[in-house]
Amino acid sequence: MSIKITIDGKEIETQAGEALINVAADNGIFIPRLCYMRGKPCLGTCRVCSVKVNGWMAASCATPVYDGMNVEVDDPEVKDMQKALVENLFSEGTHNCPSCEKSGRCDLQAIAYETDMMVSRFPYRFTERKRDNAAELIWLERDRCIFCQLCVHYIRDEKTGQKIFSISGRGPSSQIEIDKTLADKMTKEQAREASDICPVGCIIDKERGFDHAIGVRKYEISSIRERILKGEQ
Amino acid sequence: MGKKLVIDPVTRIEGHGKVTVQLDDDNNIIGARLHVVEFRGFEKFVQGHPYWEAPMLLQRICGICFVSHHLCGAKVLDDMIGVGYAQDVQMLPTPEKVRRLGHYFQQLQSHVTAYYYLIAPEMIFGMDAAPEKRNVLGLIEENPEMVKRVVALRKWGQEGIKLVFGKKMHGIASVPGGVNHNISKEDIQRFLKGDDGLLDIDTVITYASEALDVFYKFHEENREQVDRFADVPALNMCLVDEDGNIDYYHGKIRITDEDKNIVEEFDYHEYMDYFAEATEEWSYMKFPYLKKYGRERGSVRVGPLARVNVTKAYGAATPLAQAALEKFHDYSHGKASNKTLHTNWARAIEILHSAELIKNLLHDPDLQKEELKMTPSKDKWTGEGIGVVEAPRGTLLHHYKADKEGNITFCNLVVSTTQNNTVMNRTVLAVAEEYLGGQQEITEGMMNAIEVGIRAYDPCLSCATHATSGNMPLDVRVLDSKGNIIDSKKR
Repeated sequence: MSIKITIDGKEIETQAGEALINVAADNGIFIPRLCYMRGKPCLGTCRVCSVKVNGWMAASCATPVYDGMNVEVDDPEVKDMQKALVENLFSEGTHNCPSCEKSGRCDLQAIAYETDMMVSRFPYRFTERKRDNAAELIWLERDRCIFCQLCVHYIRDEKTGQKIFSISGRGPSSQIEIDKTLADKMTKEQAREASDICPVGCIIDKERGFDHAIGVRKYEISSIRERILKGEQ
Repeated sequence: MGKKLVIDPVTRIEGHGKVTVQLDDDNNIIGARLHVVEFRGFEKFVQGHPYWEAPMLLQRICGICFVSHHLCGAKVLDDMIGVGYAQDVQMLPTPEKVRRLGHYFQQLQSHVTAYYYLIAPEMIFGMDAAPEKRNVLGLIEENPEMVKRVVALRKWGQEGIKLVFGKKMHGIASVPGGVNHNISKEDIQRFLKGDDGLLDIDTVITYASEALDVFYKFHEENREQVDRFADVPALNMCLVDEDGNIDYYHGKIRITDEDKNIVEEFDYHEYMDYFAEATEEWSYMKFPYLKKYGRERGSVRVGPLARVNVTKAYGAATPLAQAALEKFHDYSHGKASNKTLHTNWARAIEILHSAELIKNLLHDPDLQKEELKMTPSKDKWTGEGIGVVEAPRGTLLHHYKADKEGNITFCNLVVSTTQNNTVMNRTVLAVAEEYLGGQQEITEGMMNAIEVGIRAYDPCLSCATHATSGNMPLDVRVLDSKGNIIDSKKR
């Protein structure tokens, strides 16, 4: 059903039930995100895509549009909320972009640039989670995990559909886990996919390293904003 | 009761250090020391990281010679995966030449920075000049045209580093077994023919030659001072090629004495068989020495002066540098020079040598080839490697070990400034005795003479502070408002 919504005062005609985050992108309005992949079901774990819907904060990936909806994206409170959420992720984990091989193709780094983050307003936790590198192709750098759960839901054993990645523990004791038996059945292509789907440098493809020269890395060729607005991610 | 003079911090060097000079009642020198008073800890915190991150992480120890650390680490990784010099595997031509090109660009920019920005003020204004004039701003005022050329020359080196490593600082090109890109013909042309704001190669060589002219003029006008200043004995060490001449990227370690006789020559993978390291409670910097000769006789000098002392010839491929080297050797009558200020002469020769080496490499078609790295099978994994390169300041060694999963479990860095530690301390003592000993009044110029001696080595104290074993030495002093010590604690 065709409906009308307003984003930042601009009237937009769209179809009822479509995810707000997609409607915005299709109309040239950038909303940052880390756990949302276009074409896949919404997870709603990172909340970085929060915007104001009729005056209330809501995750735009988890909000279907409806007729008369009034959305604010270009709003100081919204922008600060998005930035605060990104800063929080930097404080909660250990993210050293200068020496991380994901630098230049890292969603968190790219979104931090897009949200104008300079330094986190929150105290750093200096989390120490033991890395797991027992799997043949995957190196798990747990301190960098932001618990988006993309790997948990979308990287599965190709034969059985079983989950290869999972989250253990609760609250600050949570950590990402890898099932070594299933992980060692992964093909090189699937290991590469797992590494690519991870929005940070947590899931590392052991055969990759710094294989791309500076200047030709993913977000140096085309920014995350451009990619999102083109509907590529 | 004697007194103590303190120079803190030592200025126009990389990193933080101080000098203490102990005098007796008659102002005779009892002792003088260079203290490294900062602590870094890279050898510890790299542990647990994946082995392939090491060259990226460890290069951040330095903002000047990061390329040397990066390449040294890269050579370690080649060993680790089983395609390094430890296994007698010759690196593919393209990656080796790409790495060398980056190395020479860095040597050029690092030497230009040290020579002009840090050292030249004394050569142009003299050691006794007023401190407010004796600096790079003074140079700009005195000779703006020269400084413009220096800035352009350094920029060319920096842009070259960016060409190879992707960034002017802390980029990456080396991966285990090779590099991640080659160099395009278009980029080569930019550096050969010049571009908007970028010098062409012939102008670079002309400007590089001018560094020698600055030294020759200084030497001619101050011959006695230059030749007498801190003439301190030490063995000379550097990497050499098969002909026994300097190779900045790879070779055997050769150590020669004052008569240029070979004292030791060995594969750098055997470094720890030949060298031991001493520590002192008053410095975070270690004191390496040849085990066979003991600490007093076995300390070596590294860096530009050591390299021109060891090297017999650069060869016909770099004719201008070869001529400059011959002039140096003639002046030293075929013997090694122990004269500390000749280090600046040697550095100027190496600026020119680097420029000529770059020119030759830029014409090499191997830089455009596509075969970029070797990927050995997993059974070749050794989990240990040693890399050595000649950094601008001298012989630099990295040694890592990793477990079978690839976690780094051990890291040891022996940087060039560390190798020079003993000879730098000898220099400080020699200058203190010459300039301060028995003087009734200690002037700022006399104190600066000590710094001039240290600066000649272009020490990088940030890189060199690695004494991590045991308790960190700590010296806490509580002073009253007049500066008198009222309490102190030492560990």
